Amino acid sequence: MITTIIQRAVMQGTPLLFGSTGEILTEKAGHLNLGIPGIMYVGAISGVAGSFLYEQSFASPTMINPLLAVLIPFLCSIVGSVLMGLIYCFLTVTLRANQNVTGLALTTFGIGIGNFFGGSLIKLVNTDVPSIALSNTSNAFKTSLPFAEKLGWFGDIFLSYGFLVYLAIIVAVISSFILKKTRMGLHLRAVGESPETADAAGINVTKYKYLSTCIGSAIAGLGGLYYVMDYANGVWSNNGFGDRGWLSIALVIFSVWRPSLSILGSILFGFLYVIPTYIPNISVSAKKLFEMLPYVVTIVVLIITSVRNKKENQPPAALGLPYFREER
Amino acid sequence: MRKLDNFFLKVASGSYGHIIKRDDIIWWKAWGIRILSVFFALIVCGFVTVSLTDLNPIEMYVTMVEGAVGTPRLTWNLFQNTAILLCVSLALTPAFKMKFWNIGGEGQILIGGLATASCMIFLGGKLPNGVLIPIMFLASVVAASIWALVPAYFKTRFNANETLFTLMMNYVAIQLVAYFTLEWSVPKGSGTPRTLEFGQLPTLLGQKYLINILVVIVLTVLLYIYLKYSKQGYEISVVGESEKTAKYIGINVKKVILRTMAISGALCGVAGFLLVAGTDHSLKSDTSGGRGFTAIMVSWLAKFNPVFMIVTSLLIVFLQKGASKISEVYRLNSSFSDIITGIIIFFIIGSEFFINYRIKLARKEKNV
Repeated sequence: MITTIIQRAVMQGTPLLFGSTGEILTEKAGHLNLGIPGIMYVGAISGVAGSFLYEQSFASPTMINPLLAVLIPFLCSIVGSVLMGLIYCFLTVTLRANQNVTGLALTTFGIGIGNFFGGSLIKLVNTDVPSIALSNTSNAFKTSLPFAEKLGWFGDIFLSYGFLVYLAIIVAVISSFILKKTRMGLHLRAVGESPETADAAGINVTKYKYLSTCIGSAIAGLGGLYYVMDYANGVWSNNGFGDRGWLSIALVIFSVWRPSLSILGSILFGFLYVIPTYIPNISVSAKKLFEMLPYVVTIVVLIITSVRNKKENQPPAALGLPYFREER
Repeated sequence: MRKLDNFFLKVASGSYGHIIKRDDIIWWKAWGIRILSVFFALIVCGFVTVSLTDLNPIEMYVTMVEGAVGTPRLTWNLFQNTAILLCVSLALTPAFKMKFWNIGGEGQILIGGLATASCMIFLGGKLPNGVLIPIMFLASVVAASIWALVPAYFKTRFNANETLFTLMMNYVAIQLVAYFTLEWSVPKGSGTPRTLEFGQLPTLLGQKYLINILVVIVLTVLLYIYLKYSKQGYEISVVGESEKTAKYIGINVKKVILRTMAISGALCGVAGFLLVAGTDHSLKSDTSGGRGFTAIMVSWLAKFNPVFMIVTSLLIVFLQKGASKISEVYRLNSSFSDIITGIIIFFIIGSEFFINYRIKLARKEKNV
């Protein structure tokens, strides 16, 4: 039973890990992107749309090429999320709009897009399938290592997932490395801490802001893709993604802006998510109190980091502030 | 990559033109730009709608108007929704003016609603409505105030990031309300929210929602006066402009932040009270329906001016109602209205740039 709990915790945590890694990169450039929940919806629905159209182009869905079945939704998802990231960047960096307002509008817009196309895609392309169920694509996404099952509990815990789970961890580790150890990461952090100083040092602030936000969005969007293709078996349901986008933002605070910590954090959040199912005789209402836990834990972390006031555990100093070069 | 680098360098160094901050802009010019941006947004929305349905653009806007004000019932619905959204926007405004990003409106509304609902359940039938309703009102105002004071306290005491803190508080509140909704539902645990019979707000002149609208009108006037003419309103503006200046002229910044957040929370509590006692007569975790977030945009679009907020909240609600009519007629998904709202807000947000800045294009250098 413990292995299944860990397995499910990892699977629940993966979308959050993608989301928080993307958001950390964005926040390190000083942009609090509250559009992440919307971006994750768009990432999911773009993938769904791509794979739906691909599956529809065959007479029988079993004829699809598994490699293309993964690649097409993957690229569609990235394109969709990057477009969302570009809207956000254009408004907040180039047009210097307020980040909170832009982000929230992006979330409204993105969730709208997700639910709208999720609910109307079938009607719009005039097919006679009853609902969007991309089980073949989903199987391609869920392919795990063939020998995983033979390795007992070890295989179950470490090797039984689809490739996106490992990708999430790899991306988090790489992001962590780039932020901490490379010159690019140093520049990026400088932009988030004090854009004036960075600009004076010859760092191209606008470029860093654009790149980090767009790459961050692409990573976050993959969280949505993982959820619908792997976790939900390729079945789109409106609002099925729930509040995972906001949980990702919570996870950013919980992991004090460190992608490597958010790997562990995401598994913990996933664990909090699945644990009520394993408590015998728990009432439906008490489950709701359990769902509150990740947020409560995050608030506690936020309070502790502010009370201890250690420099390295603080949000980027210029988080949420616009940068006007002409106003220096 | 190199090309991109060069492009950014050229933009930054002003090869294409300079951006200059405007000192002042005549009000009609500013509003002209805003109206123009809404106009462009409507054109884009038209394109989007036409490509998804086979309506022509004019038909589309006729359908929208019908959906918003087609019948007296729809019109009252429109006004009632505008009133509640306006109430939440009013609530957030004092905090925003102080540059305290209270994005916890959603949670504060729900806590207000929760307080109202618990009064209606536990005191309903034991007290006459004349006593019960004031108690409900007081309870929701106090509860939401306290909920809003928690992040404010940690902001003033330990400088905890208020945007993230208030955001997280929303989801704590949502789950808390979801818990009580299930506990109170009949039969217990079924999820069908209980209809709260006692303590419903009275119908005035045969109109169920009139009292909600009147309350919000009074609040709008009061808040306008408070922000513009009272000493406390002035203190809020100073703290918002510059905390250092505020300290220098002897304003107790911490006190102002706590007091303003208490007011902000209290007004959100009123919105929760109106939603539960005056509109829905029940409590669900989606009672506030995202208004805590939409109100942020309403308040910001109106430049934190309570009177302009009447216009912006009406615009947003009108769009939502109109777009949901389109999706209803064409049996499209109801989220269509969110897409339309999103597009229009993007345009208005973008237009602020042209109000605040002037672009001076670089003259093309002549080839010699």
